[in-house]
Amino acid sequence: MPTIIVDGKSYEVSRGKNLLEACLDAGLDLPYFCWHPAMGSVGSCRQCALVQYRDDDDKHGRIVMGCMTPAADGTRVSLKVDEAKEFREAVVESLMLNHPHDCPVCSEGGECHLQDMTVMVGHRDRRYKGKKNTHRNQYLGPLINHEMNRCITCYRCERFYRDYAGGKDLAAQASRDRIYFGRHQDGILESEFSGNLVEVCPTGVFTDKPFLEDYSRKWDLQSSPSICSGCGVGCNISPGERYGRLKRIHNRYNQEINGYFICDRGRFGAGYVNGDKRTDYVGLKEPSGTFKALKRGEVSYHLTRWIGDGNIVGIGSPRASVESNYLLQKLVGPSNFSAGLSFKEQTILKRQVSILQTTKARNPSVKDIEMADAVLVLGEDLTNTAARIALAIRQATKNKAIAMAKEMGIEAWHDGAVKNLAQEERSPLFIATPASTKLDDIALATMTLAPEEIADFGLKLARHLTEGDSEDPQITEIATHLTTAERPLIISGPSLLNANIVESAAAVAEALVRSNQNTQLSFTSPESNSIGSILLSEDQNLTLQKIIEGINEIDVLIVLENDLSRRLSAFEMKQINASSAKIISIDILENETLEMSDMVLPAASFAETQGTLVNNEGRAQRFYSVFPPLNDRLPSWQWVIELARAIGNKELSAIESFDEIVELCAKNNNFQALLSVAPNKNFRDHGLKIPRQTHRNSGRTAITADVSVHELQQTPDNETPLAYSMEGLNRDQPSVLTPFVWSPGWNSNQSLQKFQAETDGPLKGGASGVKLIKSSGSGVSVACDPTFSFTLEKNFWRLVPIYSLHGSEEMSYHTKEISQLAGLPFIVLSDKDANNMKVSDGDGVVVTGENLKMSISVRVSSRMAEGCAGYSAGYNEIEQLTADAHVQISRDNDWQPLKPVVIATDRIASFKSQDSRHV
Amino acid sequence: MIDNIIQSETASTLTSEELQLINLELSHVPQKSGAAIDALKIVQAKRGWVSDECLIAIAKLLEMSAEELEGIATFYNLIFRRPVGDKVILFCDSVSCWLCGCENQKHKLSEILKIDYGETTKDNQFTLLPVPCLGACDKAPVMMVGDDLFTNLNSSKLEQIIAYYRKEGEK
Repeated sequence: MPTIIVDGKSYEVSRGKNLLEACLDAGLDLPYFCWHPAMGSVGSCRQCALVQYRDDDDKHGRIVMGCMTPAADGTRVSLKVDEAKEFREAVVESLMLNHPHDCPVCSEGGECHLQDMTVMVGHRDRRYKGKKNTHRNQYLGPLINHEMNRCITCYRCERFYRDYAGGKDLAAQASRDRIYFGRHQDGILESEFSGNLVEVCPTGVFTDKPFLEDYSRKWDLQSSPSICSGCGVGCNISPGERYGRLKRIHNRYNQEINGYFICDRGRFGAGYVNGDKRTDYVGLKEPSGTFKALKRGEVSYHLTRWIGDGNIVGIGSPRASVESNYLLQKLVGPSNFSAGLSFKEQTILKRQVSILQTTKARNPSVKDIEMADAVLVLGEDLTNTAARIALAIRQATKNKAIAMAKEMGIEAWHDGAVKNLAQEERSPLFIATPASTKLDDIALATMTLAPEEIADFGLKLARHLTEGDSEDPQITEIATHLTTAERPLIISGPSLLNANIVESAAAVAEALVRSNQNTQLSFTSPESNSIGSILLSEDQNLTLQKIIEGINEIDVLIVLENDLSRRLSAFEMKQINASSAKIISIDILENETLEMSDMVLPAASFAETQGTLVNNEGRAQRFYSVFPPLNDRLPSWQWVIELARAIGNKELSAIESFDEIVELCAKNNNFQALLSVAPNKNFRDHGLKIPRQTHRNSGRTAITADVSVHELQQTPDNETPLAYSMEGLNRDQPSVLTPFVWSPGWNSNQSLQKFQAETDGPLKGGASGVKLIKSSGSGVSVACDPTFSFTLEKNFWRLVPIYSLHGSEEMSYHTKEISQLAGLPFIVLSDKDANNMKVSDGDGVVVTGENLKMSISVRVSSRMAEGCAGYSAGYNEIEQLTADAHVQISRDNDWQPLKPVVIATDRIASFKSQDSRHV
Repeated sequence: MIDNIIQSETASTLTSEELQLINLELSHVPQKSGAAIDALKIVQAKRGWVSDECLIAIAKLLEMSAEELEGIATFYNLIFRRPVGDKVILFCDSVSCWLCGCENQKHKLSEILKIDYGETTKDNQFTLLPVPCLGACDKAPVMMVGDDLFTNLNSSKLEQIIAYYRKEGEK
């Protein structure tokens, strides 16, 4: 390992780092702005200046930029020499020329990297007396607030938005002190990752808009280590709470999964936790059909009277924790428990798990996906079904650039040079989907195919890889790229609800793995605990459809956090409703299933309880409550225990803590590793609990002074090693128990580097999450012989689901900003079909099928499989539309375009009169 | 086919002559965005400046986002994103001209035109802009009016020059 000498002291540093990284790794405070561990160096801010010396005799040295200088063996530098210190102070002073003194009203204040760096360089008094620049701010949509005056032109926003995330509608404009980062015109930022600007911007130019409207300082937020429940990827998040309201969500670093970035659904989609759709009290349905709220004390009486000892069936949920699902399964017995999935979902997910349990290919983490050098996507619109993975694939296509740079002796962190060298060269990416995806712009080739054709294509490719029998030029091209790659990746998933696609992806991977052991095979999973549900009910096959068939033999149906209407047809819902079975629903938000229940038990959301979720690769991760549940809400697993008491189930009634459930669950073969996912409640960090609040949390003694002058007791947390308090130590604990990052002098999220073992490396607290799926390596047997085809039928279309990051997911849809962005449901038609039908974008069509007739707005796409019609999946208004249904579609001559939800700013009108951007 | 669609969409904004010239530039570059500056110059040459509509049309043609092209257009201060007068006066205020007293000449010019830097005369004939060097330092102070260079400026010369162009403009 190279050794560098900083101010006369030697430090060993990792190979291939630059001086800034090396200094930070050595624990030295060297200020910086534009460098970012995930995006590398461009040397634009000039902040990380230090003096480099040729040798011992060189007393003069020269100023270099830390981020642009390799930390080669024997490098001698000084941070402390006056020249370097003055230079760094001067840089901050020049940045402050135009920076407004609005920290007290800026939402970045208190977690501002610019504040930290200004203090770090020792700059205090401004000498500049002139006028400051004033820019016009833009309306960027409901998620991001723009305050351009605060900009210090580090270019991080543009580099993240365009170079890293592939967004097109944000760019640097103008030059010198007129530089402006924004859109061409006011409008909603198009990228699915726009929220990361909030964390990437070192100051308050881009801030979290919903947070701004319900604001607290970072030091006043109570945080917890949590897991995003927006999809199956399982990104780590750090939600912040105050006054019983979930205020905002920040990224929580996990090297294996999300790294530094999460998608906008994850960041902004949890507003439903504070929403008015939350269930607050236990509701008992009265004969009139309305719910009567029960007092907490009355609940067990009613339950006991009510449940009896009839035939009880439990429906679990892919969005409820492993523990809640497990407990319900234990309560009703395995044969009476359903994972809560539709037949198709269950079949495909089960197959995915069984493939991952036997495949010879590797089951990659998101980090591994980033390292792939050739990617084939079968049937997934990843940006909308597993957004973080799509972002990783975008990085994977840059591996060719990094390889080219390596050959030239250019380090990967030298971002500008690497990009300049590669120009348009990318690692190959192939996408076969029925409709366009947001990764098409970087794909070497895209194939627009119907679901069956995708499966057929995959199998053909697999046959060609083993037998080399294909003469199709596209197949031979893809095969060449995949076989010559070092780390090829095949990625697929259940989103088209076609099991053959998953099968064909496995076939391709198995064919490749024969010649390349580094072949990776990855599947997405739709919900936060889909894979956990499957692992739990591996041996059972009780699907929702089967429950409905035998609904009349059921006395009590317990539904755990599952809106069945999203998986069942209206007809099937009616069958359940008409049956004599009594329905108990445990859920977070009002929904159709809750409406038809006889008793409703209000559940705690992910922010108010703890549990384990299993992500798409089978990695179990623990999330912890941010704040105690309000009103009569209880964690679902506690409700199940209450139900056990009512039924008289001795074993479950005796459970007193969450840890006991984990211990019980670990007896299940698939969950043996559950005990090592996180320390139990008795863990102490240097003898102390870990505080959820910062040590500066203000107003603890005065917060309820209007009611009583006595200081409130902090709510005790008996279930976890974390405390709802500011006392304790947020240091040296395992990563899974790190609620927020902060370090002296580092108040912003950049303090993360103090928690990392080295820059961009693993956390000091170790990796978090345990893989529950380990492949036996025996190989998957896939029949490569079948052929599938899709036949065009005149006047009939096949419905295929089209997913939207904002709108398709059940819970986040109930967040105000997300539902605004989701807009209205739509149908996507190929341009040829649309042409024949004489409809164009924005027109309406009538969709007719079995028990179905509705008018929907149309989007026309040149990349939509002919004969297939995409429908916006997960939108409540069109829940009758289901995948694979055959429908007739015709032009709606009476179509009145519905007015979309207006997202606008009152400032737009006033801007129209002024055309100057720079005043 | 896509190319045809793009061409027909942009055709209404850009003239066929402009399209022809831009297409010629496109044939010289490996990536379409490489012709961005030339395309902006072509459009500006005919119209004097680049309007929002033109910018969006060029961006479409070059398969860029409006933001990307705007970044280029606004980076260069000789691509005009606001209307300018018939003749743009580029008045050098760089070091040689400054040593030779260009500030006095600038005052004189402003007096004649009744405008300051960045402004356009009411009759839309002239726009006055500062420029850092025109490469004629040996004949400082200098300025350009449209494509014509004027050197060794003094008060009477300035009056004559402006009078000449005013007359030209009336024709």
